[in-house]
Amino acid sequence: MTATMTPYRSGVEAGRAGFRQVLRAEWTKFRTVRGWVIGTAVALLVMVLLGLVTGLGSHSSYNTGPGTPDIVGHPPVPTGPDGEAVTDGFYFVHRSLAGDGSITARVTSLTGSRMPQGQDPTAPSTPEPAEVQPWAKAGLIIKENTAQGSAYAAIMVTGAHGVRMQHNYTGDTAGPAGTVSMDSPRWLRLTRTGDTVTGYASTDGTTWTTVGTVRLAGLPATVPAGLFATSPRQENVTQHLGGGGQVVGSAALATARFDTVDLGGGWSGGGWSGDAIGTGDDEPALRSASGFQQSGDSLTVTGAGDIAPDPAGSGDTIEQTLAGAFATLTVMVVIGVLFITGEYRRGMIRTSLAASPRRGHVLAAKAVVIGAVTFVVSLVAVAVTIPLTEHFLRVNGNFIYPITGLTQVRVVAGMAALLAVAAVFALAVGTILRRSAGAVATVIVLIVLPYILATAGVLPAGPSQWLLRISPAAGFAIQQSIPAYPQVGRVFTPAFGFYPLAPWAGFAVLCSWTALALAAAAYLLRRRDA
Amino acid sequence: MRPALHAEWTKLRTVPGPGWLLLGVIAATVALSTLVAATLTCPAQGCTPAVDATRLSLSGIQLGQAVVAVLAVLAVGGEYGTGMIRTTFTAVPRRATVLAAKAATVTGLVLVAGTVAVLGCVLAGRLILPGNGLTVAQGYPPLSLAHGPTLRAAAGSVLYLALIALLSIGIATLVRDSATAIGLVLALLYLFPILLHVVNDPHWQRHLEQIAPSEAGLAVQTTVGVSDLPIGPWSGLGVLAAWAVGALLAGGILLRARDA
Repeated sequence: MTATMTPYRSGVEAGRAGFRQVLRAEWTKFRTVRGWVIGTAVALLVMVLLGLVTGLGSHSSYNTGPGTPDIVGHPPVPTGPDGEAVTDGFYFVHRSLAGDGSITARVTSLTGSRMPQGQDPTAPSTPEPAEVQPWAKAGLIIKENTAQGSAYAAIMVTGAHGVRMQHNYTGDTAGPAGTVSMDSPRWLRLTRTGDTVTGYASTDGTTWTTVGTVRLAGLPATVPAGLFATSPRQENVTQHLGGGGQVVGSAALATARFDTVDLGGGWSGGGWSGDAIGTGDDEPALRSASGFQQSGDSLTVTGAGDIAPDPAGSGDTIEQTLAGAFATLTVMVVIGVLFITGEYRRGMIRTSLAASPRRGHVLAAKAVVIGAVTFVVSLVAVAVTIPLTEHFLRVNGNFIYPITGLTQVRVVAGMAALLAVAAVFALAVGTILRRSAGAVATVIVLIVLPYILATAGVLPAGPSQWLLRISPAAGFAIQQSIPAYPQVGRVFTPAFGFYPLAPWAGFAVLCSWTALALAAAAYLLRRRDA
Repeated sequence: MRPALHAEWTKLRTVPGPGWLLLGVIAATVALSTLVAATLTCPAQGCTPAVDATRLSLSGIQLGQAVVAVLAVLAVGGEYGTGMIRTTFTAVPRRATVLAAKAATVTGLVLVAGTVAVLGCVLAGRLILPGNGLTVAQGYPPLSLAHGPTLRAAAGSVLYLALIALLSIGIATLVRDSATAIGLVLALLYLFPILLHVVNDPHWQRHLEQIAPSEAGLAVQTTVGVSDLPIGPWSGLGVLAAWAVGALLAGGILLRARDA
């Protein structure tokens, strides 16, 4: 008779360790390593510290003319009805319109001129002829009042972008294309019915097309309305290869000829009166060059400025307070990599995988822990850094572009999410390479170097934009607070803080890199010996 | 010292990592320089403002320095990671000698790889740039090492990489951990350019450019508008050298004071 030995088997079912237990184990590993906890605190502090450097190292001052003392601060920037920074400067030929009414006029020419380049704006000078600016505008406008930044709706001809219907600075609808001339004039019409303003355009004065209808909520019963002309500055933007950009230019003017002006509805009697909106006493030459002349039913209007959103440039944006995020990123990338390579170095990985044989779970638990820790720490760091840095920027006279609460939430939460995803990316790369130094360098070079190459002007604009579409650095689009407006003739390149992808699309690129790296890491973790 | 040097050379020679990393230094530097030179477009009437063709052709150093940092950090951090450092100190108890031998061997190798990389960059610039509008007619003679400032920029770039290696060795000796060391080195190299972008006060910018290891060190690459630089080409490289010496000294002192 042979005795059979039954080997001992645990009564516990195999693989009992559920995801919660693995998660708890990984969290315990993280919080009990002193270096990582200290590193996390350092990650928080460096962002605040570098925010302070940014705030203290940025000064802004201006003067109101040569010989006048410099004032710490910035010239006033008007804000539009939705709270965004705008430019609002044009020559306004107006009467008051009570209640409903309409205005119709024919535009027979739109020509340009500019002030001599490089001259002191207060010196007496006369404009010289120049090509009309592509976004020079002239047409009909109904405006809440003559203050800068008030609500308006306007139908206009432009230098190179055809007829447009624009309202409240950001609204823009395209009408018939083509430039205006004596041989091909444009008829424009603007009607007000209650809160609604409708713009029409015609090429022959008989067949009209509706360009756009907009609602200006809370428009007063009596408003100034009439004709306007304006032209943005003539600017040459040069991007220095190897660092920075430079904008040189001179003030430009637009002159438009209107005739057969026809008014309908409750217009006030008397004549037209003119106002140079937004051209101040510090630019007397420009002011005296603006104006209007009337002969019979035809008017010639000359004006300078722009009626448009102000797409950053003269002030600071909220994302400029977050330069320290790169330091936080570096620290969290190091911790994210060490979270897995540390296990390989000490052989701990064999214990971890023996305790929870489902290797995918171990990786997932690590990703959740490092992602969550980074998100929380970054959220606190960003939430502290932004108001603190903005305070010092304001004390030093800098203008900070106003943004909506929703955008602010997107920047704060988006930056925290970006750093969290970057830390998970580091964990995945660390799992793939199993070498700390190589993994840390790979992740930092993949995320930070494209950003530097694209924004510091090392690469020209085109390749910079491609780099910020395909590299993990695309994720930094999440922090862009001022959108690029196509109806403003500015250069919207990475060197000036404009990303080629929309905020969440850019973030999705970083997430895709991370997802790919995680998938490769999970595959290799299961296939390779530990 | 000679046996220590020989030992360090053997260590670097007999593992595959350093060889691949040295090739990586050359490949990364030349690749980025080629990319930057190839994407440059100059209109027919010439680039405004004038392009610094030499500096542009050497911009691959921005990427190559990261690989150099990895190589140098691993030379020290790798020994701490595996515990090899204790064997090393048993064999050569004079710790300063070990550090000096490591610094000498790694720097020597980086000088060789850096020279190849920089020559590759200059060659790439010489071949590519004339096709992108930087022609003799526009006042851009083909890049040549016979041109004084270009030779200075090229030689300075090789020295720059060597100093980055020394800085990395110093920092790795200080923190004794590869991942932390590489994070510190790359933060030092890449953070200042970003900070310079957001600080608008000219005085602050100037001071930052004067003390930043990468910004000051790379001043040696400039051949156009040298007088406008916040720091001269050679004094800029001197700033980086000061960083490297400081890190090596601090690392060396702690190396003697601490247990391995």
